[in-house]
Amino acid sequence: MIQQIDYSVIAVPLVLALVAGLVLMLDAFLPSGGRTRTGLGLVSLAGVVVGLGFVVAQAVRGDGARATFCVPESLATAAGPGGEPACSFVVDRFTLIFAGLVLVAGVVVVLMSMTQLAMGGIPAGEWYFLLLCTLVGAVTLPASRDLIMLVVALELVSLPVFALTALKRYDGRSSEAAVKLFLVSVVSTAVMLFGVSLLYGIAGTVYLSRLAAVFSGKAPAPGVGAPETYSSLLAAGPGLPGVVTVGLVLVVAGFAFKIAVVPFHAWAADVYQGAPIPVAALLSVISKAAGFAGLILVLVTALPGQAPTWAPIIAVVAALTMTVGNLLAMRQRAAVRLLAWSSVAQSGYILAPLAVTAQTGAMAAAPGITVGAGAASAAGDVAGAVGASVAYLVIYAAMNLGAFAVVMLMSRTTARNELDDYRGLAFRSPVAAVALAFCLICLAGLPPGLAGLFAKVVVFREIVEGGAGWLAVVMAVNTVIGLYYYVVWTARLFTPAEPVPAGVRRALPAAWVAVGIAVVVALLFSVAPQLVLGMTSLSASG
Amino acid sequence: MALLAVPLIGALLLLVAPTVVRPWLRVYGLVVSGVALVLAVVMVATFDYGQAARPQFAVDREWIPGLGLHFHLAVDGISLPLIALTALLTFLCFVYLSWGDARGPGQLLRPRAGGARPRALVFTLLVLEVGMVGTFLALDLLLFFVFFEIVLIPMYFLIAIWGGKGRRGASIKFILYTLLGSVVMLLGLLLVWARTGTLDIVALGQAHGAGMPRAVQILAFVAIGVGLAVKTPMWPLHTWLPDAHTEAPTVGSVLLAGVLLKMGTYGFARIAIPVLPEGAAAVAPWLGAFAVVGIVYGALACLAQRDLKRMIAYSSVGHMGFVLLGFATLTTVGINGALFANVAHGLITGLLFFLAGAIKERYGTADMRALGGGMLATLPHLGSVLTFAAIASLGVPGLAGFWGEMLSLFGAFQPAAGLPRGLFLTFMVIGGLGAVLTAAYFLVMLSRVTHGRPERARAVPAIAGSGASGVGDWPPGGSALPGSEWSGWAGESPDIEQAGWADEPPDSEGAAGAADPTAGKGEGGAGGRVLRDIQGYEFAAWVPLIVLILLFGLWPKLLLSLTTPAVQTLLGALS
Repeated sequence: MIQQIDYSVIAVPLVLALVAGLVLMLDAFLPSGGRTRTGLGLVSLAGVVVGLGFVVAQAVRGDGARATFCVPESLATAAGPGGEPACSFVVDRFTLIFAGLVLVAGVVVVLMSMTQLAMGGIPAGEWYFLLLCTLVGAVTLPASRDLIMLVVALELVSLPVFALTALKRYDGRSSEAAVKLFLVSVVSTAVMLFGVSLLYGIAGTVYLSRLAAVFSGKAPAPGVGAPETYSSLLAAGPGLPGVVTVGLVLVVAGFAFKIAVVPFHAWAADVYQGAPIPVAALLSVISKAAGFAGLILVLVTALPGQAPTWAPIIAVVAALTMTVGNLLAMRQRAAVRLLAWSSVAQSGYILAPLAVTAQTGAMAAAPGITVGAGAASAAGDVAGAVGASVAYLVIYAAMNLGAFAVVMLMSRTTARNELDDYRGLAFRSPVAAVALAFCLICLAGLPPGLAGLFAKVVVFREIVEGGAGWLAVVMAVNTVIGLYYYVVWTARLFTPAEPVPAGVRRALPAAWVAVGIAVVVALLFSVAPQLVLGMTSLSASG
Repeated sequence: MALLAVPLIGALLLLVAPTVVRPWLRVYGLVVSGVALVLAVVMVATFDYGQAARPQFAVDREWIPGLGLHFHLAVDGISLPLIALTALLTFLCFVYLSWGDARGPGQLLRPRAGGARPRALVFTLLVLEVGMVGTFLALDLLLFFVFFEIVLIPMYFLIAIWGGKGRRGASIKFILYTLLGSVVMLLGLLLVWARTGTLDIVALGQAHGAGMPRAVQILAFVAIGVGLAVKTPMWPLHTWLPDAHTEAPTVGSVLLAGVLLKMGTYGFARIAIPVLPEGAAAVAPWLGAFAVVGIVYGALACLAQRDLKRMIAYSSVGHMGFVLLGFATLTTVGINGALFANVAHGLITGLLFFLAGAIKERYGTADMRALGGGMLATLPHLGSVLTFAAIASLGVPGLAGFWGEMLSLFGAFQPAAGLPRGLFLTFMVIGGLGAVLTAAYFLVMLSRVTHGRPERARAVPAIAGSGASGVGDWPPGGSALPGSEWSGWAGESPDIEQAGWADEPPDSEGAAGAADPTAGKGEGGAGGRVLRDIQGYEFAAWVPLIVLILLFGLWPKLLLSLTTPAVQTLLGALS
């Protein structure tokens, strides 16, 4: 049987994958040297930009969701309520937003890489190949609509990152970071696969839409005895087969490792510090975005019926994550470690609305959720909350990339890259200092960093409306804790310091362009947050 | 609105084109804030006083439809005086900074070794002005919050960069405290938003809390109230204030006391009470109680203070207690009194902080014991202005400080229906006692600083910690002097006393010169240099305040007629 593949739908990952291959070929056949290195960087950049072009084109055409890799009509007899075909790859607004986010972040990371590679010591061809592979995974993941595809895409995001981390050879920290990341990631994959297999065993399908049907009691579950007994069990509420809960928790735990939320957060700081800075930026933005995309898909699209189970888990995890991340960040002296913990804390903020989604989603599910169009019926409630998460993620990406880009610039002049090295940056390099100050204040969520403020307001609104008052209070306290270290760092930029010894190497223009892009985007979001909010408000329709 | 745009553009210009602005930097801030002041005056002049309750000069644009956020600005009778006050005080701060004598240590606008960073200072103050004016103009909950927050960052830098010795701790305490309050307030605002679905303050005020059950109103009022009370500051949330005031530079203290504190009380009048009337009614006795405790506590704390700036800071706690008590009565009289006291406090305390800054600049310390007495004799002008300001602050009839307190207490005598009258009578009595205590500490301060014989200064500094560097340079006889012997010093000629004072500042050069009492006569000139009386620029900065204090004191109707209609509409829900 031959599948019909809609190539225009999968154009984005396809382009990236082809460019990745091209980079590897070029590296093999061109003479090694500085010019080749720059050339490879430009080729990768071009690839990412072309991919971005496809995303924009798909967004502009905007004719709803387009799917491919569907189950053919002839086979679609098995429990497809509403006759909607189950597809593995869907491009809708949710996908496009994440793809756009990943690719813009990709541009910044490639630009940062060009600066990093110019320092030498890292093979350029492999670097760009691996980077592009990660991007392929990150673009594929939000489009995935079945469990297998999700796992494969997630691994495609993760595996190259180990290698990227380790590429800085002969560096003890880097190798340690790579091994740590590898172990954590492999364990989390194993855990998640186990969870996936349990879910599959019960539902008998890997397609998210059908999973949703099964787990909200709309469709019989082939894995559990006679359909009617199972349905009655489901209707009985919490007396579910325990296996479902186990599978759910395992899958969530697997994703939790990827996005470094408490209690699976311990690897973050060491890995961020050991990895080259572009990789740290990649981990904190692209990899995290992919993880969140997967988590949202699994929870909201596949398991809305199980919301009563996962809502409290997510809420508690979110509260813990933001608290632990912030408390740890307060004690840091190294810039990258601080950013690592702060990004853990920010994960908590991103998770928080999902916990409320769960509650509103549960309410919507109670009268009976029509699956397939499942999200649509609950869309009024769920879309807002998921939209808040995604909006926060998008804005967070811009701010965090900006901060990392400046840290990247600084890493060329100071080996240790500690907070004290930033003392008086405003006098040595005013532009970098202002850029970093702006990003930090955005992350803190203070005016004039309005982007961060509005992102927090959106999240707060969802939480308050969703009735999770305690979570809002925890988040409020955390916001203040976060402010402390961001503001202290910012103040350090402006305190006078004795001039650094001369011999400062000029950074490549690429890093400045990276800073520029990130800061301009963050500024844009500050002035017109409507751009993000408008995009994300309907994003949950997938 | 142009009033907002002028300082903003001014600040941006400073950022974008530093080299263009640099040569006339001193005048730059003056001009920009002057233009803003002129705009404010024009606004005051063209304001339609017949309809003071109605928002005028409105700008209403949709900003973020996704959040329902409007860029909604307007002026009414409540905000107009505060906007004028903001523009005035900012301008006067620039006057103070720009025309000053180059040698004065308070002159931050001079390029000097160690980096006074004039450009950054002008920038900071202009951004501060944007935030302050914006807060008073905003008629959208979220926009109000944004401006409310914008103020914090420049204020933080003002304290952290140009502050005194303990600035680091003070600035961090300031920003964390107020931010925690802001976040709680944000939660309250969002609760209101979640329940009513609108952010427009005018619409919310007209709805009079419709659509929100009593419990929600109380919760929201407490959340918003806590946020505002931190800023106000209300006892027991005031502890950031004395540190921030003591460490802030003069202009920082002036703006902090003169305008920033008003943002908190303004929030009560603009948001908390009209939007959440039931919540206000329920919480009012508590608010009143805290206010009264604040009055008494502030007064008692003042009595115990030795540092002049710290004392004025605590007196702000007491005065803000009167303002809050006025709000707590929920009557037209009380709220009018509160708003009046608000403006009066801005003028008077602004002046007091200017004076305290001037004194600190001359003596190198604001410690009252180290200052000694006799300022009226040595610095007659400065001493008399200080006396004037202190008397105004303690609420002598005929000056601006009186009416606000009187009306607040009067409001407490007859609180709004539904509030326990007996309780408020008690509040009134305690508040009255607090007023007496206020008088007491100001008089004690005056007797310590302005009256008495100047020679006191000689003995005490040896104990005073703040004069540490000067103490090291004392001749052995000076430092070892027992308290009983200082009268011996009094016998010497006055210019020696002055020279002796001159080494009070931790300015080692002056101290070394004047340290030897036998050379005292020769060093009289040095003493005169440090202890100059009021300078022209200081007069320029202070006279408008003095005039306004007199004006509002003698003719309170000027202000009351402006606020009364607005207050009546905002209380519409209660009556």
